[in-house]
Amino acid sequence: MDAIFEKVKEIIVDQLEAEEDKVTMEASFIDDLEADSLDVVELVMELEDEFDMEIAEEDAESIKTVGDAVNYINSNR
Amino acid sequence: MTKLLEGKNIVVMGVANERSIAWGITKSLHNAGANLIFTNRQERSYKKLTKLLEKHNVEAKQMVNCDVASDESIQNAFQKIKDDIGVIHGVVHSVAFANRDDLKGAFSDTSRDGFLLAQEISAFSLVAVTKAAKPLMTEGGSIVTQTYLGSERAVKNYNVMGVAKASLEASVRYLAEDVGKNGIRVNAVSAGPIRTLSAKGVSGFNEINSIIEEKSPLRRNVDQDQVGDASLFFLSDLSRGVTGEVLHVDSGYHIIG
Repeated sequence: MDAIFEKVKEIIVDQLEAEEDKVTMEASFIDDLEADSLDVVELVMELEDEFDMEIAEEDAESIKTVGDAVNYINSNR
Repeated sequence: MTKLLEGKNIVVMGVANERSIAWGITKSLHNAGANLIFTNRQERSYKKLTKLLEKHNVEAKQMVNCDVASDESIQNAFQKIKDDIGVIHGVVHSVAFANRDDLKGAFSDTSRDGFLLAQEISAFSLVAVTKAAKPLMTEGGSIVTQTYLGSERAVKNYNVMGVAKASLEASVRYLAEDVGKNGIRVNAVSAGPIRTLSAKGVSGFNEINSIIEEKSPLRRNVDQDQVGDASLFFLSDLSRGVTGEVLHVDSGYHIIG
């Protein structure tokens, strides 16, 4: 779980140019990390590549926080 | 041996990230020796592009801001290019937009605004860009845009963008006729589905993608580099006898019945 969080965090910092300490499990991509809807799609694509998985559309839509992403990856790969 | 595009100045519009079709084209043009000028819409894409160019060791001859939703912005961008560089030989138009809600469900539910927005950004932009680029193409030139099979066939969920691409392809023909007398060619590449940021906006993209691998004559997916090389053909003198054309780079999928 921690390893997934660290990797996800690394991707978020790189993609969204977010400050590292702002990237917490509770942080919302749009409200806290200043992402727009395109950023979130881009992020989902990066996560799919990194964790070699396909995130279904309905599921991608429900990923709103860093924790959502980490939990999704943890339980689906 | 001189490279295909040595000394040619080419404007590339529409690099959003490393997955962009415009980025695949950039790589092909760079390898062919072209001088590249990039346009970007937002600060964010400017930063991304700068990073990407650095990573791949590609030097931009110029970068200008351009929002294709505004005639003024397009005119200003090409004026800047004219002031700094003078003559251009090619334009890569790889720009489109539609609301996500219009890329799924019933096509008859498309809103008036959504329909017009897709037409404006995805089709009219080529007309406006051609107008602005024409005065800079004093040595002749080539303009290439990107389309998709959804313009000719009803592809599930592609909806409003299919209609916009049909309009884009018709615009390619009318523009080709119009500016042909100025030695300028206008063509389109109709690429098979590629996993770009835009494609992800179309509902059910993952399924569309797997059909190509299964059913196309070449039994494999299309990538950005294939589109890049096809666009290189259109931008180079190799295609000097071709204009108003839509070339399918889709592993042959469009011939399948």
